[in-house]
Amino acid sequence: MNSFQYILRRTLYAIPVLLGVCLIIFLIFNVFFGDPTALLLGKHANAEQMADLREQLGLNKPLYAQYFDVVKSAFTFDFGRSWATKQQISQMFAQGVGPSLSVSVPGFFISTILSILISLFVSHFRGKSIDTVTRVTCIAMMSLSSLVYILFCQWFFAFEMGWFEISGYEEGFPDFIPYVLLPVIIWVAISIGPDVRFFRTVILDEIYQDYVRTAKAKGVSNIVILLKHVLKNTMVPIITYVVIQLPFLILGALLIETFFSIPGLGTMIINALNNYDFPVIKAIAVVTSVGIIFFQLLTDVLYTVFDPRVKLQ
Amino acid sequence: MEAALKASTKVEVQTQKPRSLWKDALIRLTRDKTALISLIIVVFYIFIALLSFCGLIAADWGVEAGDSYAAPSSEFWLGTDIFGRDVLSKVIHGTQVAMSIGFVTCLISIPIGVGLGAVAGYFGGWVDDIVVWFYTTVSSIPRIILLISISFLMGRGLLAVFMALGLTYWIDLCRLIRGEVLKHKNREYVQAAGAIGGGDMRKLFVHILPNVFHIVIINASLLFQRAIKSEVILSFIGVGVSGQPSWGTMIADARLELSRGVWWQLAGATAAMFLVVLAFNILGDALRDALDPKLRGKG
Repeated sequence: MNSFQYILRRTLYAIPVLLGVCLIIFLIFNVFFGDPTALLLGKHANAEQMADLREQLGLNKPLYAQYFDVVKSAFTFDFGRSWATKQQISQMFAQGVGPSLSVSVPGFFISTILSILISLFVSHFRGKSIDTVTRVTCIAMMSLSSLVYILFCQWFFAFEMGWFEISGYEEGFPDFIPYVLLPVIIWVAISIGPDVRFFRTVILDEIYQDYVRTAKAKGVSNIVILLKHVLKNTMVPIITYVVIQLPFLILGALLIETFFSIPGLGTMIINALNNYDFPVIKAIAVVTSVGIIFFQLLTDVLYTVFDPRVKLQ
Repeated sequence: MEAALKASTKVEVQTQKPRSLWKDALIRLTRDKTALISLIIVVFYIFIALLSFCGLIAADWGVEAGDSYAAPSSEFWLGTDIFGRDVLSKVIHGTQVAMSIGFVTCLISIPIGVGLGAVAGYFGGWVDDIVVWFYTTVSSIPRIILLISISFLMGRGLLAVFMALGLTYWIDLCRLIRGEVLKHKNREYVQAAGAIGGGDMRKLFVHILPNVFHIVIINASLLFQRAIKSEVILSFIGVGVSGQPSWGTMIADARLELSRGVWWQLAGATAAMFLVVLAFNILGDALRDALDPKLRGKG
C-alpha cells in the first residue's frame, strides 16, 4: 500500500467513528434521558404546555430524524438555538472560544515547553538526586486534585496577597491579560507533573538506544547528544502527545473558568448543565469530538510523512 | 563416582527451582521500601473504609456535634463544618465513599475492558473491527464531557458516579489487553494447547489471559486513583455525590469557606485524598516494574 492509499483509507475511517460519536450523544440525550420538558417547565407544568414545548423543541420527530439532525450538525456546525437563552449556539461558541483560548493556549505552551526543558535537564542528570527529587515531586503534584490547586492559589495569591484579579474578565487583547495571569499559572501548575513524567520517560527510552552509544563513542558531548540526537528522535511521541491535546484547548479549563468567572466554553457547559440546556451540551460534545477525530487523523498522516519507519497497515 | 555426581546435580536442580512471575514480583515488591509503605497505606484505607461501611466508626457524621465552624481542638481534631458536624467523621465517611468509588469503577470497567480486548485480539476479523471502532468512538468524545453526560443522565448520586466512571475508564485497558492477546495468540504454548484439543475459549481464558493478567493488576492500581480524583471534579460540578459527605463535596464546600479563614475542611479532605492517591501512584509504578520486566527502571 502506498502512502496515498493509506491516507485515503485512514480519512474514510473517520466517518464511521464520527457516526458512532453522534450515536452515543444521541442515545444519551435523545433516547435515554427521556422527556426533558417537565424539567424545563418546572413543577407547575400541565400536560398541554409540555406537549407544546415538545413540539416546539422538535422532540416529537421520529428518532431516526433526531439522529440525523445530530449527524447533520457535525458537518454543518449548525446546532440551532439554546433552550435556555434562545441564542444561536454557533454564536455562543464564537463568543466563548476567545476567553477559553486566552487561558488554555498560553497555559498549554508554557507548560509544554517548560516540561520538555525540565525533562531534558533531569535526564542529563539521570540517577542523581535531582532526578529522583523531580520524579517524586511529579508524582506528588499529580496526586493533588486540580480543584485544590485552584482553591489554594485563588485564596492565597489573589485573596490574601491581592496580586491578581479573580473576576471581571474583559474581552480583547491586551485587556484580558491581568485576568488570565493566575489562571495560566494554575494551568501550568496542574499540567507540569504529568507532562514532565511523560517527557522524561520518553527521553529515557531513547537515551539507552545504540545510536546514543555510537555518538558518545565518536566523542560527541552529552549536551549535543541530548539536544541534537535524542530530542530529534523523541519528537514523534512528543508531537503526538501535544497534538492530541489540542482539541481540548477549546474546552478551556472547565474548573478554572468557573472559579475566575471567565465567560468561556467551560462556563457554558456548567450553565447548560444547570439549565438542562441539551442542545448546548450536545453541540460542545460534537464540536470537541470532531476536533479530536480530526487531530488524530492529522497525527497519523503526519507520521507517514515525517517518519518513514512507520509501517502502513 | 558417576552416581554421586548425578545425585549432586539433581539436588542442585531442585534448589534452583525457577520462581514464577508472581512470586518474583512479590519478592521485588517487598524489597522496595516505598512500595511496601504504599501497600500498607492502601490496606489501612481499605480497613478504615470497611469499618466505616459496617457502621463501627464515623457513623455519626450527620450529627450536629458542636458549634458551626469550630476550629480544630482536642474535642474535634479537624474542627466542624457549617452545620457543626465533626470534620474528622466526614473525612472518614469520605474515605468509605472514595474507596467504594475506586472499587466499583474497577469492578465495572475491568470486565468490560478485558472482555472486549481479549475477544477482539483473539478472534480478529470483524469482531476486532467492531471493538476497535467502538473504543475509538468512545475515546473520541472528551472524557470529561462523557463523564458529565453519563452522571447527568443517571441523576446525581453515588450510583451515577459509579456508572459514569465505570463506563468511561475501560478503554485504556481494552486497548492494552487487545494488543497483548494479539501478541500471545500465535505463541507455541497456545498452539500446544490447541494441539491437545483445547478450544478457543479454553485457549483464551485458561492459557492466554493468565499470561496477560499482570496488565490488569497494574491498570487497576492507576484506575483506582483516577476514579478517586474524578469524583472530586464531578461532585464540584454538581453531578457527583450528594446526600453524604465525600472528599469531593468537602473540597467543593471549601470554596466559600477559605475567605472566612475556615481551612480545616479543605485540609482534611485534601490530606486524606493526597496520601491514598500518592500511595496508589507509587504502587502502580512498583507493580509495573515488578510485573513487566521489559519496562523495568524506566518509570
